[in-house]
Amino acid sequence: MKTTGKITGIVSNLVTISVSGPVIQNEICYILYNGLRILSEVIRIDNERVYAQVFESTRGIQTGTEVEFTGKMLEVQLGPGMLAKVYDGLQSDLYAMESLFITRGMSSPALDYTKKWKFKPLCKVGDEVSAGEWLGEVQENWISHKIMVPFRFKEKLIIKSIVNEGSYNLEDIIAVVKNNEGQEFPLTMVFSWPVKRPVRVHKEKIRPFKILETGVRVIDIFNPMMEGGTGFIPGPFGCGKTVLQHTISKHADADLIIVVACGERANEVVELFTEFPNLDDPRTGRKMMERTIIICNTSNMPVAAREASVYTGMTIAEYYRAMGLKVLILADSTSRWAQALREMSNRMEELPGPDAYPMDLSAIVANFYARAGFTWLKNNKSGSVTFIGTVSPAGGNFKEPVTEATRKVARAFYALSQSRADSKRYPAIDPIESYSKYLEYDEVKQELNTIFDIQWTTKVSRLMNILIRGKDIKDQIGILGDDGVPVDYHEVFWKSEVIDFVLLQQDSFDKVDASTPLIRQKYMVDLLLSVCEKNYDFDHFEKVSEFFKKIINTLKQLNYSVYQEKDFISHEANLNLLISERTKNS
Amino acid sequence: MKPLIRSKAFQKTYSKIENITRATCEVRADNVGIEELCYVHGRPAQVVKINGNKITLQVFQGTDGLSTESEIIFTGKPPFLTVGEELKGRYLDAYGHPIDGGPEIDGEEVEIGGPSLNPVRRSQPSEVIYTGLPGIDLNNTIVTGQKIPFFADPDQPYNMIMAQVALEAKSDIIILGGIGLSNDDYLYFKNLFDNSGSQERIISFINTTEDPPVERLLIPDMCLTAAEHFAVKQNAKVLVLLSDMTLYADALSIVSNRMDQIPSKDSMPGSLYSDLARIYEKAVQLPDGGSITLIAVTTLSGGDITHAIPDNTGYITEGQLFLKRDTEVSKIIVDPFRSLSRLRQLVISKKTRADHSQVMNACIRLYADAAYAHTKKENGFDLTQYDTRCLNFAADYSREILAVDISSDMNQILDTAWKLLAKYYSREETAIKKEFVDKYWP
Repeated sequence: MKTTGKITGIVSNLVTISVSGPVIQNEICYILYNGLRILSEVIRIDNERVYAQVFESTRGIQTGTEVEFTGKMLEVQLGPGMLAKVYDGLQSDLYAMESLFITRGMSSPALDYTKKWKFKPLCKVGDEVSAGEWLGEVQENWISHKIMVPFRFKEKLIIKSIVNEGSYNLEDIIAVVKNNEGQEFPLTMVFSWPVKRPVRVHKEKIRPFKILETGVRVIDIFNPMMEGGTGFIPGPFGCGKTVLQHTISKHADADLIIVVACGERANEVVELFTEFPNLDDPRTGRKMMERTIIICNTSNMPVAAREASVYTGMTIAEYYRAMGLKVLILADSTSRWAQALREMSNRMEELPGPDAYPMDLSAIVANFYARAGFTWLKNNKSGSVTFIGTVSPAGGNFKEPVTEATRKVARAFYALSQSRADSKRYPAIDPIESYSKYLEYDEVKQELNTIFDIQWTTKVSRLMNILIRGKDIKDQIGILGDDGVPVDYHEVFWKSEVIDFVLLQQDSFDKVDASTPLIRQKYMVDLLLSVCEKNYDFDHFEKVSEFFKKIINTLKQLNYSVYQEKDFISHEANLNLLISERTKNS
Repeated sequence: MKPLIRSKAFQKTYSKIENITRATCEVRADNVGIEELCYVHGRPAQVVKINGNKITLQVFQGTDGLSTESEIIFTGKPPFLTVGEELKGRYLDAYGHPIDGGPEIDGEEVEIGGPSLNPVRRSQPSEVIYTGLPGIDLNNTIVTGQKIPFFADPDQPYNMIMAQVALEAKSDIIILGGIGLSNDDYLYFKNLFDNSGSQERIISFINTTEDPPVERLLIPDMCLTAAEHFAVKQNAKVLVLLSDMTLYADALSIVSNRMDQIPSKDSMPGSLYSDLARIYEKAVQLPDGGSITLIAVTTLSGGDITHAIPDNTGYITEGQLFLKRDTEVSKIIVDPFRSLSRLRQLVISKKTRADHSQVMNACIRLYADAAYAHTKKENGFDLTQYDTRCLNFAADYSREILAVDISSDMNQILDTAWKLLAKYYSREETAIKKEFVDKYWP
């Protein structure tokens, strides 16, 4: 018999319940109010007194209201049909809710149980299988969606029967497996998994070593993200965090993108689902939306579901990873999730940590980031979950608990700079402040040297040196005036401006420039090194800026032209002409 | 105060208060719902915490003078607003009761702070709201369904500018939420609205500095409940003005303090972001043409935008407008550098004249050159002839476009901008596309 209880106290979205029987930490329970079933989650147990956070408004609930416990934790439904969906934080399909407002108690199924899928078996009767292994596959948009042994099985199983190729809906039994005690389990194409528990059905998780191409030059060249890696983007409001995330989601070389809009503006999500269904995905030739899943808990939706939304996104990502796919998950913004934790901790009157956040904030953040990773599956195929989160530091000050907790665990850091944003130098990532710890990995160095060239890491650091020197000189010019520094200082400064304008800045609204493939990035690095490591001869600082402005203009035109086509080649020739004229004099 | 209570048979009354703080009191009662509206000795209050049969009430008007024997009446429902056509043209208090001497509103009772909109049922905002202020319309074009605050110092004339914007904007309904408005400013709004000839489309919910601070918590919800009624039911374009949201946040911190909650940054409650977002996110463009556009004021202390209130606001709203005093021309201007309307790219040169985007960017770029020249001048470096032209351009640009004391329509603004560009620069220096230069160069 299921446990039931009665409400004994309420403050905002926290309720206390006195219970009649056993309760599980993080168990889901329903408050039975006015014919509605209001979803809640147990977050603390204190003898017979149970604390639960309510995922919806508690308005009107009284003491004595009945509560029904489910014996389950917060779960998502995993099966084919999730691509292109827009879910709320608890995996309700928002398009399936027809009304204008989301009223209390309203939910909709995550998957379409009436749709038929063409199932093709991948194993046969008598095969030994375990959790996460592939029983068969169906075609979901352009992804070959693997139907797997549900993740909950800990033991080895033998396939007793499996259906033939054909059309089935989600709840048709497609296979029966048995364990070595002879117990039989019928399997369908859908199963559930608790969101807060990491999925571990892979053979091993290894250090990320493969570059995840984002097409954003300042990321790929200076601080690359790895497949299965973790990164974060902190920045004050107005620095272009969201635009950058949208750009990455459009161009990153991933099979599947999961965007978690966590406590952010609704109009930004509107932009995603207005644009994505019309945007072409160059790699698949289909629409961008078809490789995207949006999890949406906008800032006016219930706070408790905000925390759930990042976990829901991550669990879906892990599910697709187990199919051998490259999944990229972007969460904007993880600070709102941390704030949701803070609100609950506060209501439970826990002793606060720094800035009133719960003491275990950094442990929670660390556990979450640890769910990303590059994995070898049991069938020796690979699958990865790459996670990039944004952080919204209060007052733009990075010395605050969420930024600090994230910095400890995320391996790549993309610093957005207010001054770059103010001077419209987009993307506003400061390459000097940012870092990618992956560059320290030997296997990553090897990989970069293989796909680019043997000198790659040294080349990049040569460019970086020019940028750093340019920055110092700019400060000096600001203090001493243009004629207060030697002319060759101006030359170095302008060389750093060339790198800034041509490599760092990128026009995300231009068709060609929006995304730069790796091969073109390699070409640009070589080209810029040849431009910036030449010695030119100038007699006056005004000549320096005049010359390099022309160089910048030519190179920008080059950026806007299709690689190695007519325009590109003519701009390249112009560049060489400009340079040879200037070097002839010396 | 009007008789608010129409005592009914089913209403529960109690008369044993156990605890009284300055904003809350506690009573033992059964079958009370959270957020329920009740009256303590005639004063409106709301249930904010239930622990067994111990009920904590937040008394909006404060508890001074309350006796432990005061009568408490529970109404069995959350705070509501009576909505209907009769709201139009009226002045109401934080509870939705008339303060203009007119009759009570007759209509449908709607719970305030209702459910949130399904994000996939929203439309992308795409219609310009012309404010008549060139500094906003040209550089920071506002779009229906947008939410944007003025970040202003207390001494700046933000209320006057809001009032001007409200009357100029082509909206079907204007709703003013006065949150701790000074009585003088209230009278200014009232006088202006009453003589505007459009009082029939204005609704005002007013809490002045003379009223209890905790009542302010109700004002935004009242305004937005009314706004939602007209936007959803009548597909009206509603413009909501909220002044001043900093005082709203201050009221939040008073209540959370009284309830012994642990404060986070700047003594604000940890839930400040959610509390503000719940209000601002009501701004919406609906698919059937109705919309709620929200223009608010957040006063800053000493221009500090890293304070928790402006900081959280900035993360929620779609941009912000800054006012500043331009000492060169001695006028208040809309700061073109720090102000930003995030939704402007949805309409600029799409819903406005095609040259808008290029003219806007050219002017701001040249204005930035002027700022650079200004610094050079202050540091004692020599000015080039270009620098001087920039400085002169900047003064004219401030006076004729950025200043808040002028009013002009969009095409006029663009023509003025062209005139200024031609006065000080060559065609090439503006770097505007040739087709526009050919068409509009004076």
